[in-house]
Amino acid sequence: MNQLTNLKLKVWRQAGPETKGHFESYTVDKVSDEASFLEMLDQLNERLISEGKEAIVFDHDCREGICGTCSLMINGRAHGPQRATTTCQLHMRTFKSGDEIVIEPWRAAAFPIIKDLMVDRASFDRIVEAGGFITAPTGGAPDANLILVPKPVADAAMDSAACIGCGACVAACPNGAANLFTGAKISHLNVLPQGQSERYKRAEAMVHAMDDQFGSCTNHGECSAACPKEISLDVIAMMNSDFRKSKSKNRKALSRG
Amino acid sequence: MSTVLNAKVPDGELRDKWDNYKADAKLVNPNNKRKFKVIVVGTGLAGASAAATLAELGYQVDAFTFHDSARRAHSIAAQGGINAAKNYQGDGDSINRLFVDTIKGGDFRSRESNVHRLAQVSVDIIDQMVAQGVPFAREYGGMLDNRSFGGAQVSRTFYARGQTGQQLLLGAYQQLSRQVGLGGVRLFNRTELVDIVVIDGRCSGIVVRDLLTGEITSHAAHAVVMATGGYGNVFFLSTNAMNCNVTAAWRAHRRGAMFANPCYTQIHPTCIPQSDESQSKLTLMSESLRNDGRVWVPKNADDSRSAEQIPESERDYYLERLYPSYGNLAPRDISSRAAKRLVDKGHGVGPLKNGVNLDFSAAIARLGRDVVEERYGNLFQMYERIAGEDPYKTPMRIYPATHYTMGGLWVDYELGTTVPGLYAAGEANFSDHGANRLGASALMQGLADGYFVLPYTISNGLAPLLNKPVPTTDHPAFVQAETEARERFNGYLNIKGTRSPDWFHRELGKIIWDYCGMERTQQGLEKALSELPALYSEFKKDLRVTGTGESINQTLEKAGRVDDFFQLGMLMCRDALDREESCGAHFRSEYQTDDGEALRNDEEFCHVSAYKWTGDPMAAELNKEQLVYETAHLATRSYK
Repeated sequence: MNQLTNLKLKVWRQAGPETKGHFESYTVDKVSDEASFLEMLDQLNERLISEGKEAIVFDHDCREGICGTCSLMINGRAHGPQRATTTCQLHMRTFKSGDEIVIEPWRAAAFPIIKDLMVDRASFDRIVEAGGFITAPTGGAPDANLILVPKPVADAAMDSAACIGCGACVAACPNGAANLFTGAKISHLNVLPQGQSERYKRAEAMVHAMDDQFGSCTNHGECSAACPKEISLDVIAMMNSDFRKSKSKNRKALSRG
Repeated sequence: MSTVLNAKVPDGELRDKWDNYKADAKLVNPNNKRKFKVIVVGTGLAGASAAATLAELGYQVDAFTFHDSARRAHSIAAQGGINAAKNYQGDGDSINRLFVDTIKGGDFRSRESNVHRLAQVSVDIIDQMVAQGVPFAREYGGMLDNRSFGGAQVSRTFYARGQTGQQLLLGAYQQLSRQVGLGGVRLFNRTELVDIVVIDGRCSGIVVRDLLTGEITSHAAHAVVMATGGYGNVFFLSTNAMNCNVTAAWRAHRRGAMFANPCYTQIHPTCIPQSDESQSKLTLMSESLRNDGRVWVPKNADDSRSAEQIPESERDYYLERLYPSYGNLAPRDISSRAAKRLVDKGHGVGPLKNGVNLDFSAAIARLGRDVVEERYGNLFQMYERIAGEDPYKTPMRIYPATHYTMGGLWVDYELGTTVPGLYAAGEANFSDHGANRLGASALMQGLADGYFVLPYTISNGLAPLLNKPVPTTDHPAFVQAETEARERFNGYLNIKGTRSPDWFHRELGKIIWDYCGMERTQQGLEKALSELPALYSEFKKDLRVTGTGESINQTLEKAGRVDDFFQLGMLMCRDALDREESCGAHFRSEYQTDDGEALRNDEEFCHVSAYKWTGDPMAAELNKEQLVYETAHLATRSYK
């Protein structure tokens, strides 16, 4: 265990959604390299409270990289410098003494700032509500092994389903687009046999809900590079393909598969 | 004075009870369901599945979560899997075997009828989740794959890589989202329960605080479901998410809902050991790893060589040695204590000598790296992120940590608490796991309660209320509860002391871990019970919350939660002191066999301890529900 010393933080502080924000500078004299990035912020917050100041607000919960609550642009990169890693799993051993670290909230029009580093990601929920599900009311399901799912299909569905809904893809996108998030959910459900009945309707409804709130994709690929779960850009291709078909396939065509 | 606890267990043979109950339960006609409002607090597996199902049936549902989205609930962090008695592997599983394993795993401290129902509906859960598109692991022919978990000799665990909880929660969340989109559920996010309201002996609604504005409002309903999770964070360091708390359950307790078996807290054997003092939480490594990983420590306590350099003959594979028939898959409480003993004797590994090895080299040699990677890849990656070591090359270091709480709100067979109209589901209730939960059973119980139990029992409770007026939020009881809540939160802000809520939480956690953790003694618990009130009164005098109550203030939220953890902590220690036996995860050093196993006292303690609020957690009124075993045979557990 080693100590990092003299870290210079520049942290975005903003009192509320309508208030003007600014960068505030803090010096962290000493922190263990075993500490996680958020533990470093915890320690800073403890100090602020002891000085009678208001703690920095940031979203976090599981601290295991699975709940998708934590965010933060760290030195301009969503979830910081380490690939395939959420902010909560980032450790201070990634940094060195004397580093300047700039910490900002997600930057995207569809994620308005609530306070300091916390943003509102309800726009993601609206996309799922529009069609990100398989209609299967409780009680009527057939025996699970009656629906055979070839292993490669189950694996592909799982690759897309690994999305944690953190919003890094949107924050990293120069256009503030949510195509990776939306594409991941569409690809998860649309490759499975259970998802076929609503396949095109789902793609259509989700893409419209996405377009209503987010920017447009111009294939930069920043989203996939920033994604802590390394969701592939392929999901966007599948979404586009199914969306296009949703516009041409009529009911008769659907019935022929 | 004590209250008689009526568990409302239906008549008939154990295997017929649930069918008998459903046959007799009162129903609400589809057109009348919309006349009833049900509030669901919490949107984890139990809450989301209950809210979605009740809305599909036609009830008006209001769902509340303190998270920014329903998808963030802590069910998402469950890794290993979900049990179900499908017997897809043809290896001798059955509903009865899952029932017996769960009763035995819980060390004969759970209610037979509830556990049997859980085993029965387990098979429906898998069907339901597959229909929703949960990408469970598959065999090449397309059928579902299974693996084995601690405390079982069959493979009945369904899994989706190491993210089973995530995939199940997303399934339930999507079903809930569909209902939100259709208008069947109104979802209130970033909204925390701060009180429940009881009028004329019946739960009439809840009081909540909008975390973004600090506004306190009331919501009335015909029934309220608490699906608010467990209280493991009372230990400060646990595998629970940072925001998990006991507040909702505790506020219900203060309004009359009895709290059962608070001392049954589970320590999970495979977590990453603490690396330094400033650590904020511990990370679990799924128990499924014990399918292929072998647990060992150096035979020589002073061995400072790295793991690869220690020859086979100088390694102690202690679980395989002590428990040959279950080996590395011995239940959680037993594995945890075995690890603690060896570390206490100085056999620990790692820089702080605070862990044991979980070694995959034999599995990699046998199966190949690809197979191991496919089974556990994301867990290995998570370990490497946190510990900075590659588990494909060096063994993982693991140590037990608080993980799950079996105790919770007392519920009857209908999952009703002692307050009529108030239900509790999932980890928030006490019902199914006795004194120790088996791996992969939490997900099963949460979904069983939400999907397949509450929809039936709630209609039975609501039917008699048809067209009868219920109190509205302008009733004086709501107004008073709101006022009390406002005063409580203003109170935290006005103390203006010197210590943060986190400081108190850490100190509280140390006391609870030291005296009410993996091993408990009369002396230690008495010490805890003398130290806790002192620290609590310090909290009330010296707390410092900066900022205001009018915009989001995480320090203020934390203050409210720590306040409730203090009171719960006292009740926990008191319960642990009262229970003069060892059972499951509750291990009192005074009560153990010659070879160090838990020694139950069925004569005096074969009961549920349910506490009623009296105004002082140290003086809660103890009520007992006697546990009667008609089918399972009370026996000493043996995993040897």
